[in-house]
Amino acid sequence: MARIVVDPITRIEGHLRIDCNVQNGKVDNAWSSGQMWRGIEIILKNRDPRDAWIYTQRICGVCTTVHAVVSVRAVENALNMEVPLNAQYIRNMIIAAHGIHDHMVHFYHLSALDWVDVVSALSADPKKAASLAQSLSDWPNNTWQEFKAVQDKLKGFVASGQLGIFANGYWGHPAMKLPAEVNLLAAAHYLQAFEYQRKANKITTILGSKTPHIQNMAVGGVSNPINPDSEDALNFERLAYIKAMIDEVGSFIHNVYLTDVTAVAAFYKDWLNYGKGVVNYLSVPEFPVDTKGTQFLLPGGYIPNGNVGAFEPIKSFNDALFEDNVKESIKHAWYDGEWDRHPYEEDTVPKYTDFQDDGKYSWVKAPSFKGKPAQVGPLANVLGMYAAGHEGTQKYVNLALSKVSALAGEKVGVGALHSTLGRHAARCVRTALLYDVLVQNYNLLIENMAKGDFATFNKPEFPSGEQRGFGFHEAPRGTLSHWVVINNGKIKNYQAVVPSTWNAGPRGSGDELGPYEASLVGNPIADEKKPLEVLRTIHSFDPCLACAIHLHDNENQDISKVSVW
Amino acid sequence: MSSYFPDSEMKTESPVSGVSRRDFLKFCTIMTATMGLPAGMVEKVMAAVENPKRPPVIWLHFQECTGCTESLLRATHPTVEHLVLDIISLDYSETLCAAAGHQVEEALHASVEANKGNFILVVEGSIPTADNGIYCKIGGKTAMEILKDIGPKAAACVAIGSCASWGGVQSAYPNPTGATGVSELLKEVPVINLPGCPASPYNILSTILYYLTLKKLPALDGEGRPVFAYGRLIHENCERRPHFDNGRFAEEFGDEGHRQGYCLYKLGCKGPETHANCPSILFGDVGSNAWPVGTGHPCFGCAEKGVGFHKPIHEQAAVYTVAPPATYPDFDEPKGKGIGVGAALVVGAAAGAAVAGGLKFSKVLKESDNSEEKKN
Repeated sequence: MARIVVDPITRIEGHLRIDCNVQNGKVDNAWSSGQMWRGIEIILKNRDPRDAWIYTQRICGVCTTVHAVVSVRAVENALNMEVPLNAQYIRNMIIAAHGIHDHMVHFYHLSALDWVDVVSALSADPKKAASLAQSLSDWPNNTWQEFKAVQDKLKGFVASGQLGIFANGYWGHPAMKLPAEVNLLAAAHYLQAFEYQRKANKITTILGSKTPHIQNMAVGGVSNPINPDSEDALNFERLAYIKAMIDEVGSFIHNVYLTDVTAVAAFYKDWLNYGKGVVNYLSVPEFPVDTKGTQFLLPGGYIPNGNVGAFEPIKSFNDALFEDNVKESIKHAWYDGEWDRHPYEEDTVPKYTDFQDDGKYSWVKAPSFKGKPAQVGPLANVLGMYAAGHEGTQKYVNLALSKVSALAGEKVGVGALHSTLGRHAARCVRTALLYDVLVQNYNLLIENMAKGDFATFNKPEFPSGEQRGFGFHEAPRGTLSHWVVINNGKIKNYQAVVPSTWNAGPRGSGDELGPYEASLVGNPIADEKKPLEVLRTIHSFDPCLACAIHLHDNENQDISKVSVW
Repeated sequence: MSSYFPDSEMKTESPVSGVSRRDFLKFCTIMTATMGLPAGMVEKVMAAVENPKRPPVIWLHFQECTGCTESLLRATHPTVEHLVLDIISLDYSETLCAAAGHQVEEALHASVEANKGNFILVVEGSIPTADNGIYCKIGGKTAMEILKDIGPKAAACVAIGSCASWGGVQSAYPNPTGATGVSELLKEVPVINLPGCPASPYNILSTILYYLTLKKLPALDGEGRPVFAYGRLIHENCERRPHFDNGRFAEEFGDEGHRQGYCLYKLGCKGPETHANCPSILFGDVGSNAWPVGTGHPCFGCAEKGVGFHKPIHEQAAVYTVAPPATYPDFDEPKGKGIGVGAALVVGAAAGAAVAGGLKFSKVLKESDNSEEKKN
């Protein structure tokens, strides 16, 4: 048996280490362990709740915006506040535009190199690549001239001998299967995707003032003044700029991203069987379109044990199903005690032991829903919306599956989504939905302005005594919640239960594997010295370790078991 | 190939990276083969790595959120793809490198070995110094150990963002991990600070282009910040400054003054005590108003040590700059002899008094409010 240690996992946010035991060419046990802790929840104590979002947003610069939005929602929930419609629409547009950028960057720049062999692209025939690409979509930038230019650029880059970020990649790895022409097509789209994610980011910047780390949030709304009669406010020039960017981004999502993911899935259809892992799926509704957070554009809820028929919806920002059933366990995490607690009741008292395979081995707490570990993320989100009968979701899921089926030459059903590549497919389905939501919210904002409503802010009032609140948000990496206890206008306790904590968490109080760990079991490993397959499955979750937060490395390297490095 | 290096060199162990010349040769051989290049190109690869046309950059991530790396994805001149493919050789980045684990660490150490004294080190994130640095580890080493190993081998270090510059968000009270900026720990090479949360991508891009073109470091202020980006207070370049000078303030988000684009000083804007070029270059290349003040939110001083993450958003800033004239003199009159009228007189005089007396401007401003109310 070999023990594989991959440290650092690259092309993610943050510092993650993954350990696997490999037996007969397959992973039979796995541990997920983070490397960095900053203590932001401790820093928040005794501060002004109106300031919390400024700090929490810095939990992550990749998942920027999300910890800002959810933080103001938590404080608003504690104060039982309503938020003006315009503020909801502006927040919604930021969430959607940021999510579109984030998902594109994840597929092309963070995970594509697990599937795409850049070196192979050098020997492709650009004309064949173009005719293949044109058979798959109407994207106007799929010309042979474009592909030839990209290939020439890559050849020049390689010939320079300075391989930079491509040095020591998994080129020629036995698990790489794409034909040279597909590799070239993907390499071209890798470069084009840089351009289109920038366009999505421009929307976030115009509304959010900058990105990463927007600065237009406020407890009670947003700071953006709406005033068509001012040059220093959200006016029609700003709105028209947003509309222009919205129009440009849509084509890339449908003609490039969706097409490429389905092509990769068809060429690697084995990977629709690996990487299933934990099948309790948790998601929350997103894109509120009323002032109270009771009506949403996209549904969310809980699916136990992969049973879509048993879906339980989560319906509002005050939903008891969500509030009552989230807990975190520290049985296998380096904190003092063995408790399972509700976030309002948690504390953070570190107690480092050592890396104990069967004991405590991680700084990540293990969240649970109804006492079970749950997978969160675009797959959970898409399955939840599918279960809820959401029309747009069913449309895009069926479209993606029919494209994969046609290319793979066999029927691929919804069940295939419970897999490593299923997570990528769900993420691009979600991107298509985010795009529709972006358009909807733009129109809602314009319509509401046309009615003469320019309000964007309700002033928060902090009563004396104690208030508790929670906020949730369906972020790009999944269900995110912040929990705040306020006492006499100051933060008494603050906890963030984060998507990458749900997914990267260690075993919980029932000793079940966390989602990363469970999804690795059964993965084939062709070359133990280059465990590309581990990266494929871990990247499919889009890890964000700064978010998962309560993390650091084991001191004990356990060298006797490290047979690889 | 043994002729490529003298024997003595081949036996040299790098005290820093732990990579021998033999290992470096092996790395280049494997890299050449992996890239599908003919074996004869090994020497070219080694030569390129040792005498690079594109300057090698090693980007280390410590206690951070990757927001500074993310900011580069938003830049348009140059773009990140142009930067990485044509301008620099980004030899190590946890965010972008294709390789992981052992493979990526090997690439890091090969580059450090080959480019000793010649590479630009970029550090994103603070360094936790409490409890022997255990709060951030990569590949089994603490951030402190890695910086101590690699830092002195660089030509210069760019500390990108407030975290690397002065500790950033995690250094806020009670600073549970002892988060510290690079310049407090790395003394052997020049450290350029580019604070901001995140820093504008153009501040690092300009620093790199400056260095490559002029072969020297940009002019720095006392805090190690390039004066081309941090030479002035935000307050000095703010498009709302005339409102400040004339006493027109927003009192609350969404009020009439706020919707007219008045000064955000009373909402807690830290522009008067924060050095950065936000109002002059804006963000995201989307035209006007693309910065916090432009969207109606006070600056919270993210770039300034002791301000960002230290002072509450809505606490009023200290105003250190000289007050504006009470009213503007005729063009042929000597400056400073104008006659003050109205709010401009009161605010201007108050600010002057605050500076002279070392008082908080906010306190004086409240008095000016009262006097104005009386007048009205």
